[in-house]
Amino acid sequence: MEPTPVLNASVNTVTPSKTMGRFNIWDTPWFNWRLMTGLGIITLVLLMGIVGPLLWNTDMARERSLTARLLPPIGFTNIRGVEGTWEHPLGTNNFGHDMLAIIIIGAPNTFLIGFIAAIIGMLVGIILGFMGGFLGGWIDNFILLASDVTLTIPALMVLIVLNSVFDRIDLLTMALIIAAFAWPRATRQIRSQVLTMRESGYVQMARLSGASTFDIMFREMLPNLMSYLFASFISGATGAILAAVGLETLGLGPQGVITLGGTIYDAYTNLALSGHLWWWWGIPTILLAVMFIGLLLINLGLDEIANPRLRRSSK
Amino acid sequence: MGKIPRRYLLRRLLIFFLTIWASATLIFIIPRLAPGDPVSAMVGDMQNAGSDTENSAAIIDGWKARFGLDASLPEQYIRYLGNLVTFDFGYSISNFPTPVGEIIVRALPWTIGLLIVALVITFLLGNFLGALMVWSKTPRLIRLIIPLGLVFTSIPSILAALFLLYFLAYVLGWFPDANAYAIGQVVPGLNLEFVGSVIYHGTLPALAIILVSFGYWALGMRGMMITVEGEDYIQLARAKGLKPAYMLYRYMIRNAILPQITAFAITLGTLISGQVLVEYVFQYPGMGRVIYDNILARDFPVIQGSAFFLIVMTALAVLFVDLIYPYIDPRISIGREE
Repeated sequence: MEPTPVLNASVNTVTPSKTMGRFNIWDTPWFNWRLMTGLGIITLVLLMGIVGPLLWNTDMARERSLTARLLPPIGFTNIRGVEGTWEHPLGTNNFGHDMLAIIIIGAPNTFLIGFIAAIIGMLVGIILGFMGGFLGGWIDNFILLASDVTLTIPALMVLIVLNSVFDRIDLLTMALIIAAFAWPRATRQIRSQVLTMRESGYVQMARLSGASTFDIMFREMLPNLMSYLFASFISGATGAILAAVGLETLGLGPQGVITLGGTIYDAYTNLALSGHLWWWWGIPTILLAVMFIGLLLINLGLDEIANPRLRRSSK
Repeated sequence: MGKIPRRYLLRRLLIFFLTIWASATLIFIIPRLAPGDPVSAMVGDMQNAGSDTENSAAIIDGWKARFGLDASLPEQYIRYLGNLVTFDFGYSISNFPTPVGEIIVRALPWTIGLLIVALVITFLLGNFLGALMVWSKTPRLIRLIIPLGLVFTSIPSILAALFLLYFLAYVLGWFPDANAYAIGQVVPGLNLEFVGSVIYHGTLPALAIILVSFGYWALGMRGMMITVEGEDYIQLARAKGLKPAYMLYRYMIRNAILPQITAFAITLGTLISGQVLVEYVFQYPGMGRVIYDNILARDFPVIQGSAFFLIVMTALAVLFVDLIYPYIDPRISIGREE
């Protein structure tokens, strides 16, 4: 760094510190519009899943009804000329299941798979990344090799084989299976950050003052990795949800659980596309698209925090 | 330019073979973790599928011998690896005497053709747009439009495929909704109608892939361009009074694009997985369709063979990129991997 900021700081001790923009608590890179919008979108979808069941009868996602089949959403008419009703504001599918109830149940399920897989992936990433970056040697070599190999395998292919053999998979098992492929990227990111930080001044200082390896790893370095951890969690969740949606739309999702991808699979196999039953496949598709856009915005926002260069140029 | 350092070459080859071995082993283990014995289950499935299985006991014994399931597990494993090396994946259950390899070979040209076309267009378009995002002379309108286009990046290709299929094929009727060419109307071969039909049918699947993946390249390119823009030689070029368009191509894009090639290796797995799903939505007769049809038919040998083949394809492509990269970009120091 150039010496000028230091000089400025000593000048500023004379003038009142109010004028120093940096001490305004709102002036942090964490408050950028991308991150906030993204978090807002994801919160809304999650809220729908939490508050939804209190406000809406979600049993309608499973109750078959012969009279209310293929109703369109409000404001639209279906091929038979029937208009949408307030009983089923987002319409119904082939079986008379209520679409609103389906997405209230389905969206959190799809999220849950992604989040469980991403959390496991990130924890493994933290442990392996720190071990590799800090300990080095053959351990590091081995971790690097294992993550390279896992990264090369297109996870969806192995997951397809797995899920097609075991046809009774529950939500948690599916999340665990996806997590098996979610750790390498987190591991590599954290490892490379740890490698850089290991040589930085404050870590050297901590080492000189006799801090234990554990303390250096988790009390000195980990807090400085927060934005990277958060970013690798979000990209892990995105990848895991992507894999989950892929499997669900191929009809390989968890059994007896309503998910957004599973709903798309039902719609696709029941010819909802050529039958112009757009709400059946379209509503879960749009919701998924919105979720992915939210995750992207969070990721871009976090990028801005971790990489000040992008911050300046994006203005 | 120079030779590939031996350490680097060995490491890449090691990763390649470990990838193949690990996935082959997974595919070997997974069906054996399922309860029941695979051959009886297969024959049961064949009976359910209505195949001719009069002498099922003989078939079961014959298959057990054929697959070596009467041998010990390690022996089976060795034999299985031997079969994979020769790309012998066994036989399809739903189309019984057809070898799995034959089904894959039939579907493969479609998948590879679509993949290459989509990849080339995506790479060129994405990098060009990414460069424009940073270039100082880009018209304001384009600067505003590109980030909007980037929103598609986050959407899985299968969702884009569903939208395109519905709006462009079913609502507007501009494009066909299935197959790779008009079956029965054109004769496969090197004639104009057939090629036209293939392009016409391939447009939507390719569009679905391009739409969701060009933004990834654009974002990467933008990052690289920002770095390049700050370099001294750009300052010098500007000071020399070079034309901005000339600078954009000769000074900036050429330097920024090289690291993008490594991104090929990282994204290929995702890309191929995405394409499998796109092919399924558009009923395009590639590997994706094969996988989906055989999930429905519960034809495990075909699913396993196809999955393994796609993994090998990905690993080969990654290896290829890794090996040509030192020739393309002499700046990278390969020995850096301590």
